[in-house]
Amino acid sequence: MLDLIDFKGWLLVIIQTWMFVFLAPLLVGWLTWLKCHLQNRRAPSLLQPYRNLWRLFHKDVLLPKHASLIFRMNPYIVAGVMLIAASIIPLFVVRMPSSATADVIVLVGFFALAKFFQSLAAMDIGTAFGGMGASREMTVSALAEPAMLMSVFTLAMVAHSTNLSTVVETLIQHGLVLRPSLLFAFAGLVLVAIAETGRIPVDNPSTHLELTMIHEAMVLEYSGRMLALIEWSSMTKLMIYGVLICNVFFPWGIALHHDFYSMFIGFIAIASKLMLLGVFLVVAETVLAKMRLFRVPIFLSLAFTLSLLGLLSYIILEVGS
Amino acid sequence: MSDNTWQQILFTELKRLNITYKSQQLQYLTLSIDATDWSKISNVLRGLEARFSGVWGDVLRTNIDVYALFSLEQHYLLVKTNLPEPPFSLPSISTCYPAANRMERHMRDLLGVELQDSPDDRRWTRHQAWKDKEYPLHENFPIKRTSYKKTDGDCKYPFFQTQGSSVCEVPVGPIHAGIIEPGHFRFQVIGETVLNLEQRFGYTHKGIEKIAIGKTPAQLLKLAARVSGDSSVANTWCAAMAIETASNVKVPERAIYLRAILLERERIANHIGDIGGICNDVGFAFAHHQTARLRELWQRTNAQIFNHRLLMDTIVIGGVANDINPDQIQSLLQELDTISRDFDQFIDIIQDYPSLEDRLATTGFLPHGTAKALGCLGYVGRASGIDVDVRRNNSYPPYDKYKVQHVLHSDGDVLSRLQVRVEETRSSFKLLSALLHGLASGDIVNSKITLLPNSQALGIVAAWRGEMLAFIRLDDRGNIARYYPRDPSWLNWPALEALIDDNIIADFPVCNKSVNGSYSGVDL
Repeated sequence: MLDLIDFKGWLLVIIQTWMFVFLAPLLVGWLTWLKCHLQNRRAPSLLQPYRNLWRLFHKDVLLPKHASLIFRMNPYIVAGVMLIAASIIPLFVVRMPSSATADVIVLVGFFALAKFFQSLAAMDIGTAFGGMGASREMTVSALAEPAMLMSVFTLAMVAHSTNLSTVVETLIQHGLVLRPSLLFAFAGLVLVAIAETGRIPVDNPSTHLELTMIHEAMVLEYSGRMLALIEWSSMTKLMIYGVLICNVFFPWGIALHHDFYSMFIGFIAIASKLMLLGVFLVVAETVLAKMRLFRVPIFLSLAFTLSLLGLLSYIILEVGS
Repeated sequence: MSDNTWQQILFTELKRLNITYKSQQLQYLTLSIDATDWSKISNVLRGLEARFSGVWGDVLRTNIDVYALFSLEQHYLLVKTNLPEPPFSLPSISTCYPAANRMERHMRDLLGVELQDSPDDRRWTRHQAWKDKEYPLHENFPIKRTSYKKTDGDCKYPFFQTQGSSVCEVPVGPIHAGIIEPGHFRFQVIGETVLNLEQRFGYTHKGIEKIAIGKTPAQLLKLAARVSGDSSVANTWCAAMAIETASNVKVPERAIYLRAILLERERIANHIGDIGGICNDVGFAFAHHQTARLRELWQRTNAQIFNHRLLMDTIVIGGVANDINPDQIQSLLQELDTISRDFDQFIDIIQDYPSLEDRLATTGFLPHGTAKALGCLGYVGRASGIDVDVRRNNSYPPYDKYKVQHVLHSDGDVLSRLQVRVEETRSSFKLLSALLHGLASGDIVNSKITLLPNSQALGIVAAWRGEMLAFIRLDDRGNIARYYPRDPSWLNWPALEALIDDNIIADFPVCNKSVNGSYSGVDL
């Protein structure tokens, strides 16, 4: 009984995707707010990221003299990719028609695609910082992606599916069971998320020091709406990782049925989960200094090892049980 | 060792090498020598392990006096030569004292003294701002600018080049992403590792030395306060000290105490700011915000009691501008108490973070030998085991009455430079409390000042960056004929080039902050 055109379902997909995109700056605002309070500072309003985006959208775009088509297309490609990626992650409801179109391996591919174009655009204009940022970003992602895939494979083996929606559902149905494999995969994915979203201790999103930047070094030459799109995409990416971690490893509360009441509960659940995740993230960022760049590979091999351990412990301990 | 042994050793050595000299015991022992012996004498001094402190020129109508200051066994020694007529030319001493190189190039750009056998004789301060064969400090060069054209970009400066595959050049600045002073840094890197760093300054050249000419001493002190905003007390005191020494002006004791209070307040403010800055450059924002708060409170008190946040124009010839009453002393002591308690608490907190320590230890290592060869001053020297503190070595009032704590580390990394700052801040807190308690009574300014025309002298004070120098000569009307402020950064900037080698380029900001040289102070 497959509805080929499930209007209600697709409507939900659209609502959920836009919520993803439009709530992402709020998550960043929340992190900033928390961080300020943790460091005894007066915090900007939670809506500050929106104002920043608004401001950037109203500024003129200055293009470097040697910018080619790649440089100009990149913000739209990155933003588009993030939008599609956001559409396949279950935010507050599962069993959406979009999740049948792409699984979690495709998600990893989406991120890689965005990063590929971002790095090309960074090198396109030929500044030293762009090249430096691109080389660092590639180093980080070359190490982060295998770790992320390992972590994803562990999930897939537990749920016998790579479809995110199915994974979430399976885990809810299994109930609260302590699975060493998932613990390891969780730890691995958290480390990957920190590296991929450019947070401390890997990268510092709020620095002005060109020489220490990873992600920011690649977007130094962007301005106006192009910069706004890129910033917004980074916020969305942070949101995607946050939701992924919350919903896959702590799926409770997510709506299994498409009715208003359970969706409302699902929304409240994910909101509180993200807020809580924010607290952990901010505490970690406050007590840690940024690590030396050559320590990042060690950090990411830890992520890989953890994910691999997850996979192994599933095979050793959980298969057949 | 008796006081004069070092002189006898020096004189014997000079005699052995047939260097003719005329020695005079002026403010410091002064040797007048022939220009041809200029590099020979620096060789001798280097052999005796003298520390190089500065070299500068002074244009008298048609001839030029060149001075070099050294410190031998904690005694200053001024070497002087006269270049009678153009073309002015002098053997370079930067082969013996590499740190002299930039000062020599500065002297060449502004006075036109060509340097023979210099390992590096590219221009330094000039950029394209004035014509090649014009020298601003000569009389015929107008003080008012003649053209309002924009200065051309200095695109053809011959930077050091590295050949080879996989070597990449990274130019940074002079315009930076943060709000800092302009300076250009040219890196040669392999991957992330720095092979070589070359600095290029001069972007904030303001013509300080030229506009100082003809100013009255009071006007000069205003100018001195603005040579480098973070060292305004040190620069002013230095200039005031030079003028007062030249004219034998006696400064009342209370004024001397107040000057020291101002100087220590400046030291504390800057050290606290730097401690936060270093932590911030490794992404440890907490420290930055806390120190920013402490520094802000400190500077508000400056504004409230001394009328200026950066303590500008607080020192006048023969004294200080404002007195403080007993109530203000009480409030200063109270503030000292709270701030030092907050500071201790804050340091306890940041010392608890292994990830911060991991980041700072071993980063930007400056070996003792290099620091010594470059003559590093202040916290840069003291973190590498170079014990130069004018307050202790050549102590001047009021520091001769107070024991300044000995702060010396030998690791030479960013962490040591941070620790030296922490300990110096604590020692300044103690000193400040002692100064406030022991504040002498009396006048704050000497009301009977007669300036001695055609006199000259040096002022040397312990600025927060290290030994600071000012040379001043008065003309026949008692106005300024020559003012040369030598910021300690002249000797600390080259250390940054040395200590960054083999570090990763991403660690440059924190290494730079740990040295924290002044751009404005060296661009002049």
